[in-house]
Amino acid sequence: MEVAFYIAAAVAIIATMLMLRDLNVVHALLYLIVSLLAVAVVFYVIGAPFMAALEVIIYAGAIVVLFVFVVMMLNLGEHAVAMEQRWLTPGIWIGPTALAGVLLGEVAYLAARGGAQMEAQMVAPKQVGIGLFGPYLIGVELASMLLLAGLVGAYHLGVRRRQRTEIRHARDTHERRVAPSSDVVLAGTDRPARTP
Amino acid sequence: MLFSLGLIGLLVRRNLIVVLMSLEVMLNAAGLAFVVAGSRWQQADGQIVFLFILTMAATEVAIGLALVLQVYHQFKSLDADVLSEMRG
Repeated sequence: MEVAFYIAAAVAIIATMLMLRDLNVVHALLYLIVSLLAVAVVFYVIGAPFMAALEVIIYAGAIVVLFVFVVMMLNLGEHAVAMEQRWLTPGIWIGPTALAGVLLGEVAYLAARGGAQMEAQMVAPKQVGIGLFGPYLIGVELASMLLLAGLVGAYHLGVRRRQRTEIRHARDTHERRVAPSSDVVLAGTDRPARTP
Repeated sequence: MLFSLGLIGLLVRRNLIVVLMSLEVMLNAAGLAFVVAGSRWQQADGQIVFLFILTMAATEVAIGLALVLQVYHQFKSLDADVLSEMRG
């Protein structure tokens, strides 16, 4: 089992190094996914399967999807398709695929052997749940408040640009001596302001 | 090791998205250390702390990426050196 642990750890470190070395954000994201999956395999091997599942779902699922969304939003334009084709040339897949293949083979080997973890060091998810809603209850509440603060903050930062557009539009209509109430509906859109 | 790699990425790279990715790697490394320690001493506390780290990482990346979008709209660049011209 220790061999499996060291292989997964080596894959994680190699993937992270390649992520840092890569100048292209999308390629770096591919290596980041492999690194997170390797850490998930490490969790699985050392006897924390629940944490491994959470790592895959939240890190490799949600957080990487956020990164991909932002990369997509920052590359709008006509040339986006051409750029994407240039990014995703077949040679790019070799590195991450090889590392992910190592991980997949390892997991397949462990699953084929049956009881995959280091059984002596297993910490059951039940213990985690009991601890989470026992002595760490205040931490759970604080985490919920943190998530609420993050939600409000991200919404505020994301919505500010539209407000600025609306303010500018209102100022422009005022300078042109247009009654601001005449086109409240148009505020914030790209349609030209009506002139009397 | 993973933590120091993340730190190196944070310091060396100038692309803001890559800096955020390095931050993720660092948080991940800290969580890994917690889980391994909890597994070593048969305590559930390590995994609980990892859950908290996971929550914080998700929040941090959401806020950070919203800030990156704002920076990109303001400066039309993702270079962290451009931001050094900011005046509070």
